[in-house]
Amino acid sequence: MHINEIIKILDATPVTGELCKHREEDFHYAFSSDLMSDVLRLSTDNTILITGLCNVQTIRTVEMAEIKLVILARGKKADDSMIELAKENDICILETDYSVYKVSGELYSGGVKPIY
Amino acid sequence: MIYSFDIESGNFTGAGHASSSVKKILKQLNVDNSIIKRVVVALFEAEINVVAHADHGNIKIILDNQEIRMIVKDKGPGIPDIGMAMKEGYSTASQKVREMGFGAGMGLPNIKRNTDEFNIESIVGEGTCLEMAVYLN
Repeated sequence: MHINEIIKILDATPVTGELCKHREEDFHYAFSSDLMSDVLRLSTDNTILITGLCNVQTIRTVEMAEIKLVILARGKKADDSMIELAKENDICILETDYSVYKVSGELYSGGVKPIY
Repeated sequence: MIYSFDIESGNFTGAGHASSSVKKILKQLNVDNSIIKRVVVALFEAEINVVAHADHGNIKIILDNQEIRMIVKDKGPGIPDIGMAMKEGYSTASQKVREMGFGAGMGLPNIKRNTDEFNIESIVGEGTCLEMAVYLN
């Protein structure tokens, strides 16, 4: 699924600006977790992280896990340190008021596959 | 090439800085992406452990054309039962560590999974030394 489509179906706000809008790649897989230790076990590429955990370690973790798109659910807002770190590492952050469950359902319906 | 990084205990905002620096170095050296990921995931888990549990620590990275060797030493309480610490799900992490998304008892097993060599030694009341290596070929 292309990022512009994801933004539309989740009514999401891209908070890392141009970095989000110009992404060309399709995202094939998604993983929903508030536990970063589980995120560090993933080995797939082109993966989306859906989470309600909103702190700088969320972004550090996806940096290490080579994840390029984070969706912050439940109305969580990225702070300046998160946005700065994401931009440094070419990571796109989307914010949405939808729950993790709804985000997961919408992406699944759109053809994004689960990892497990 | 040898690189050294100090780790500050309790600084969860800065945690991961050393692992991020190592990732950038390995990318500049054109190391294969799958190897970089294994190295930085193992190193990040180790770095989080030091921030979460120790008084202070140091990471030493030794690079040659065969392997990436990582030595993570800390001064701190040490690990009384390494066998238990290696079991998935066993954790002594604080609430603060859990709030950051860690402390689920997955760290050491995940480090072992991502490395070709893994050795851990710990003395209670003194500290822990973790030595890991990822082979380049």
